[in-house]
Amino acid sequence: MAELIIYGIVLGSIISLGAIGLSLVYGIIRFANFAHGDFLTAGAYIALFLVTGVFSWIGIPDNTFGALSFGWQMVIAFPVSMAVVGCVAIALDRILYRKLRQKRSGAVMLAMSSLGAAFIIRMIILIIWGADSLFYRPGLMRPALELPLGIKIRPDQILILLIVFFLVGLLHLFLQNTKMGKAMRATADNMELALISGINTERIIIWTWGIGGALAAAGGILYGIDVQLHPYMGWNFLIPLFAATILGTIGNIYGALIGGLTIGIAQQVSTAFLLPTYKLAVAFIIMILILLIRPKGIFGKD
Amino acid sequence: MEIGGIIAYLVSLAIMAGIYAVFCLGLNIQWGYTGLFNIGIAGFFCIGAYVSALITTPKPTGMYAHYVQQIFGLNLPFIFGLLGAAIACGIIAFLIGIPTLKLGEDYLAIATLGIAETFRLIFNNEHWLANGPRGLMGLPQPFQGLVDPKHYNYIYLIIIVIIMVVIYLSIERAIRSPWGRVLRAVREDEVSAGMSGKDIFRFKMQSLVFGAMVMGIGGALYAHYTKAISPDVFTPLYGTFIIWVMLMAGGSGNNKGAILGAYAVWGIWIGAKFMTDFLPYTLKARAPYIRFLLVMILLEIILIYRPQGLLGEEKKVSKLIE
Amino acid sequence: MIILKTEDITVGYTEVDILHDVHIKVRSGEIVSVIGPNGAGKSTLLKTIFGILKPRHGNVTFKDEDITGLKPDRVVRKGISYVPQVDNVFPSLTIQENMEMGAFIRRDDYSQRLDEVYDLFPVLRERKKQKVGQLSGGQRQMVAMGRALMLDPQVLLLDEPSAGLAPVLVSMIFEKIKEINATGVAMIIVEQNAREALKMAHHGYVLAMGRNVLNDKGEALLANEEVGRLYLGG
Repeated sequence: MAELIIYGIVLGSIISLGAIGLSLVYGIIRFANFAHGDFLTAGAYIALFLVTGVFSWIGIPDNTFGALSFGWQMVIAFPVSMAVVGCVAIALDRILYRKLRQKRSGAVMLAMSSLGAAFIIRMIILIIWGADSLFYRPGLMRPALELPLGIKIRPDQILILLIVFFLVGLLHLFLQNTKMGKAMRATADNMELALISGINTERIIIWTWGIGGALAAAGGILYGIDVQLHPYMGWNFLIPLFAATILGTIGNIYGALIGGLTIGIAQQVSTAFLLPTYKLAVAFIIMILILLIRPKGIFGKD
Repeated sequence: MEIGGIIAYLVSLAIMAGIYAVFCLGLNIQWGYTGLFNIGIAGFFCIGAYVSALITTPKPTGMYAHYVQQIFGLNLPFIFGLLGAAIACGIIAFLIGIPTLKLGEDYLAIATLGIAETFRLIFNNEHWLANGPRGLMGLPQPFQGLVDPKHYNYIYLIIIVIIMVVIYLSIERAIRSPWGRVLRAVREDEVSAGMSGKDIFRFKMQSLVFGAMVMGIGGALYAHYTKAISPDVFTPLYGTFIIWVMLMAGGSGNNKGAILGAYAVWGIWIGAKFMTDFLPYTLKARAPYIRFLLVMILLEIILIYRPQGLLGEEKKVSKLIE
Repeated sequence: MIILKTEDITVGYTEVDILHDVHIKVRSGEIVSVIGPNGAGKSTLLKTIFGILKPRHGNVTFKDEDITGLKPDRVVRKGISYVPQVDNVFPSLTIQENMEMGAFIRRDDYSQRLDEVYDLFPVLRERKKQKVGQLSGGQRQMVAMGRALMLDPQVLLLDEPSAGLAPVLVSMIFEKIKEINATGVAMIIVEQNAREALKMAHHGYVLAMGRNVLNDKGEALLANEEVGRLYLGG
């Protein structure tokens, strides 16, 4: 059971990265982004492209670091992929969503167009890489470390936890201490007043997409490092992402973090009594329960 | 290919498009008239198909039971399959609606998505329900014995058209009634509709259930056409999103648009299949993905440049005035 | 000198017009109060001046420049600030952060301005790290006004500043308004509390059913019997 919980925390931290981005986008732009799962997938595959293709070609060395399953190539690919997906998210907004916003299309039209975008991203990945599962390093042995208290965890997974908390910490500092971060929080509170104060809300929207996309990409890469890559990986995360976001109260970053961890742990623990394929159903049932019992989430004001 | 073959092929296309048209009509009730964002159509598709299959086939006995597991099998005629499918979907819609209709449209969307995926998982893993991933085969077809199997499709096409027309007329009648007017008021401006004293929730629920029942019939029609169903048929792509593209293309809020959209988009889909036949060998395996990519881009273009679809919303008048 | 004026403003939210041919004039450093019954269109007038609504007809002139139809983010850069009646603060941000957002478009060092605003509302200085959502109604209103003042506006538009406040806070807010005016800021105040609004006003406009009914010096309107009967509660 302890192992399930540990792994649940690892999985949950990955879910959190996606949920935080989703929460940001929903809180500031008021838009349920159904393409968010596929941002995860895109991040993972772009890193794959860099690591298996471009970087070897350029000549970056790729010996693994000690017990970890990756080397310098991934270290460079990670932020590059985050930046690329951030740009993809921004581009999607400029090309698609902004036009719908300008036409004052309803929330449903925006959500529908994000669904279309989700499929477009996924189809492109399927066309380029096909439907099989892929790995960053096929065939690598990844034994677990034995830590005190009988905790078994892989070195990769410890690093995943560290990276997630680092990124969340960075985001926190950004939102609390920078002018743009404060403006994002202000816009989430009251977009009309932000406009009245002269804040350029289109810039805020661009930043929001950039950060949301980048965080999702990070989550996707980490999942790919830990488990595997396949084109539906992000789509399969969509329901857990929404569950985590709703649980943590939409628009609340720290709630999304807690929500993600909770969903992750719940999903893993459920495998003690249910088939692993039902993990998605577990996340879904939790979401329905939250919607029934406390729809505004744990930090919601009644 | 000789004329007989071409006609037979066109008939099979018309049947498939007709089945999708039924789904579009159902979605039109929920989305076109009431503004409910249901992205779990695949779930109703799945339930409708399976319930009809289970009702119309006998429960496996003896040696056969080793190969096929079913939770029940009533061996009743086709019409009961249709009714059962509709009722089952209606009940499921009712249960989904209770927690989600009071919340925002986005919540309904994610909930319907989750339901659809959950059903697919359950049918896939719980073999005792309906044979798990292998699914059910040898489903009966109405009026099977009447003609040569080669010509059976003509009969099925007639059945589909009759059902489609019946559903179309029922919906048209319902929309022009006072009930229909409230539905449209709810879609336009929920707040004022609520203030005029109508119980919004009840109307939304009725719309959700009614639409789901139509979708259930669509699922049953599919099952008895293909004679075999399994969980991997009811994917988000083929079971939900293609129907959305069809309705958006044809014109949401317009029943003729729903039917037109189904035929038009299915035609495009089949046409795209022919075109991808010309792809170089290396891309052949990717053909379905390329096709779907193009259809999704089409959807985005429709959403931005012509959200009302080909026919736009029907200008409706009250039955009293007509 | 007339710093802001509107002429023949006709505007509405939908096809139905709320205001018809409305005109007002504000001189530098003046307080102009706009009073009238509910639904007279007073808030709509402020929103039109600030660019939230575009008039069907008519114009808004600021310092001899036609600003009709300019969007709010442009209008605020010209030197006009707006305090809405409701939702006029950022509740999850601290007082200090609200002020910083008010000064968002400034590229210079605004710490002196911040000090001046805190001098005006010392209670806010004490609590500057508190989240505004936790403050009382009167304190929130002060934050709302402070935010708008961070840009050193020449004209301040206030939409019902005393709405929802207890009587003792109402006088406090009106005191603050006078203090702000003393620094040379012209103001257009839309108010339900007509008596107090006219007491402070250099000039007053009465609007009813979306049209100008009367305008005169503040004291003259106060003394006017008909005004007293119809709009000041006898």
